[in-house]
Amino acid sequence: MKANSIQFLCAAVMAAAPSLVYAQSWEPTKTVEFIIPAGTGGGADQMARAAQAIVAKHGLMKQSMVVVNKAGGAGAEGFLDVKGAHGDPHKIIITLSNLFTTPLATGVPFNWRDLTPVKMLALDQFVLWTNSAKPHKSAKEYIAAAKAAGGKFKMAGTGSKQEDQIITAAIEQQTGTKFIYVPFRGGGDVAVQLVGNHADSTVNNPIEAVAHWRGGKLKPLCVFDPKRMPYKAKVTDTMSWADIPTCKEGGLDVDYLMLRGIFMPGGVTPAQVNYYVELFRKIQATPEWKDLMERGAFNQTSLEGKEYADWVAREEARHVSLMKAAKFIAGQ
Amino acid sequence: MDEIQSLMQGFAIALTLKNVALMFTGIILGVIIGVLPGLGGANGVAILLPLTFSMAQSPGGTTSAIILLSCIYWGALFGGAITSILFNIPGEPWSVATTFDGYPLAQKGRAGAALAAAFTSSFVGALVAVIVITFLSPIVANFALEFGPPEFFAVYLLTFCAFVGMSKEPPFKTLATMMLGFALASVGTDPVTGTLRLTFGSTHLLTGFDFLIAVIGLFGIGEILLTLEEGLAFKGAQAKMNLKVVLETWKELPKYWLTSIRSSVVGCFMGIVPGGATPASFMSYGVARRFSKDGDKFGTGMVEGVVAPETAAHAAGTAALLPMLTLGVPGSPTAAVLLGGLLIWGLQPGPLLFVEQKDFVWGLIASMYLGNIVGLIVVLTCVPLFAAILRVPFSVIAPIIMVICAIGAYTVHNSIFDVWMMLVFGVVGYVFKKLQYPLAPLVLAIVLGDRAESSFRQSMLVAQGDMTVFFSNALVGSLTGLALFLLFWPLLALLIARFRGR
Repeated sequence: MKANSIQFLCAAVMAAAPSLVYAQSWEPTKTVEFIIPAGTGGGADQMARAAQAIVAKHGLMKQSMVVVNKAGGAGAEGFLDVKGAHGDPHKIIITLSNLFTTPLATGVPFNWRDLTPVKMLALDQFVLWTNSAKPHKSAKEYIAAAKAAGGKFKMAGTGSKQEDQIITAAIEQQTGTKFIYVPFRGGGDVAVQLVGNHADSTVNNPIEAVAHWRGGKLKPLCVFDPKRMPYKAKVTDTMSWADIPTCKEGGLDVDYLMLRGIFMPGGVTPAQVNYYVELFRKIQATPEWKDLMERGAFNQTSLEGKEYADWVAREEARHVSLMKAAKFIAGQ
Repeated sequence: MDEIQSLMQGFAIALTLKNVALMFTGIILGVIIGVLPGLGGANGVAILLPLTFSMAQSPGGTTSAIILLSCIYWGALFGGAITSILFNIPGEPWSVATTFDGYPLAQKGRAGAALAAAFTSSFVGALVAVIVITFLSPIVANFALEFGPPEFFAVYLLTFCAFVGMSKEPPFKTLATMMLGFALASVGTDPVTGTLRLTFGSTHLLTGFDFLIAVIGLFGIGEILLTLEEGLAFKGAQAKMNLKVVLETWKELPKYWLTSIRSSVVGCFMGIVPGGATPASFMSYGVARRFSKDGDKFGTGMVEGVVAPETAAHAAGTAALLPMLTLGVPGSPTAAVLLGGLLIWGLQPGPLLFVEQKDFVWGLIASMYLGNIVGLIVVLTCVPLFAAILRVPFSVIAPIIMVICAIGAYTVHNSIFDVWMMLVFGVVGYVFKKLQYPLAPLVLAIVLGDRAESSFRQSMLVAQGDMTVFFSNALVGSLTGLALFLLFWPLLALLIARFRGR
């Protein structure tokens, strides 16, 4: 009887084992394609390439990972590619706000629900910058000056009907000021336009403008995060990222953070999703990643699973209302 | 003479055995990347970027890493000329202008001379640009800050006008093909409103018509179709196969010193601005054709017609690294990837880079000198090898070219649709040649059309629709004025001739 029950147990375990193994561990069997729905050199590109380099350096994957830029149609090219790869576990994509803005602004048929959310890596900050030669000392003063100029102030930003223009529209709605929004191709171009006094302000990401801040050409007025940035190491002689007031403190009640997260195609198994969640946890634990986070002054919120999906759904709703108010939606 | 001292220190850093070995590796990889159409310097550098990540962790490693990557870039600049000259297929956008005279030279059996001239003038262009970077970087770097949207548009206008006004083709045919190019360039995303246009609901057209696919089709496939019709023979078969051809070409080159200087100036200017290597090469070719004594013979296989675009392209490609380092603005797609590399390695490009990372910056500048010398040695010794490709029978090489073209077209967006587009462009190229429509303005418009449009519409936004913005300050005014002068030069010349005739 005893022997029998042991035998029975063994048999049961053995019978269950393959399915157990299947549920808990899956590994890529060929090269994984890491898609960036943006051009080379931008923020998403840098993060994806850094992740790829970390994977290669620390040997975190048995198979290799290749990074592919599919920037066409404000990222629609990349999203459609992943949408079309239903059930393919060898494809992941890093997203930015164009996950929401591109389908709304262009009418290209895709939605984040066509994809499987894997993990939020971080949130990217936006800072209101002006040229240091300008007299404005705070966001409040700047907005007042913009109002006084009667809609002649120029806001340079990356892309059209994307995050930079949405923030600009949110500022306009909040304060009743008008800006001339001028779209450029990349964040670096935008920062230089401001340094060269061809624009009055920008909402560059920290990493795009930090060099000019340190060089004394630009100054930050406020950050569009509800909380101040946590990085206390001095960036310039007198200031750290943590010294930049939030826009809300400065009397400009607008907040915006941009998603840097990972998605997979739809129709993949939980084990496959789990593999990538684990992979990116390992990546986030490396010193190289922490270094990247500090250099770009990222908001290190990192969500997974249901929390992540809920966050994305909330953010989508927010984008719909912001873009509706700004009349950015295709066919509106 | 602070610069000389810093430079010498830079040489000390760059001249280690490891770094020189990396230079050779980079150059050879770059040449291969440059030769394959579609792969491109930007892709090549992007693929290898992660490899340099662990390299950059060791002390002094960032310098080694940038040496490897920038040498790939030099290699690609050199390599782009090879297929342009041998097969009329530009491997890189900036080599399109090299095909105009390079390919006819190869057909005349002077492929060796064309290659030697292209490589040597590339080297000269790069050298001039590096010298400018070495000694004038603080002054020149800030020049790019003067450039807002109107100034950029004026530069693109100047490129177009230099090309149209200097063209020997019938002006209406040039305009017609250029307009077709603009139409193709406007497919995809509208840069100002962000909406899609001219895609007719097709998701394939989202990305617009990529320049490389158009070029591979128009030039490569079109050329093969023409050759098929003319009887399956390569005309360049009697190409010389020894190194003497290099020396003979070198004897000829000093004659073109004025063209070299002009092209270097054009190239440095366009690189620093940063307009990029492609407009530089077109502009320089157009200017050389106008001001050369033998301008009438351009397009029939003149060595000078190879010297002009190659010098300018390489000068611009090199000078483009300056705004990348000092302002964080890349002057070319490849520079954009290098910029991403710097950021990943923990270096922040910007005004302080020259102060805080002296070793890195001067190591890089020293490696520009050395890398280009290494590059010149590598490619020149390979001239006979490249020229020998032309001896392979057409029936063998043509299918290989077709396959390489198809792979190149596929690589651009990993899409099979692009391969079909390439074939369509091939037929268009064939028909255009039969009807004697020039292809160059079409290509130029596809390359620069969207950028020119963006700058124009940005200017209009800034100026609230006021066209006088293009004459609003001395810089933009003189650029626009020069552009208009060049555009109407043929008419003016005609009027002057008539006036004198009376």
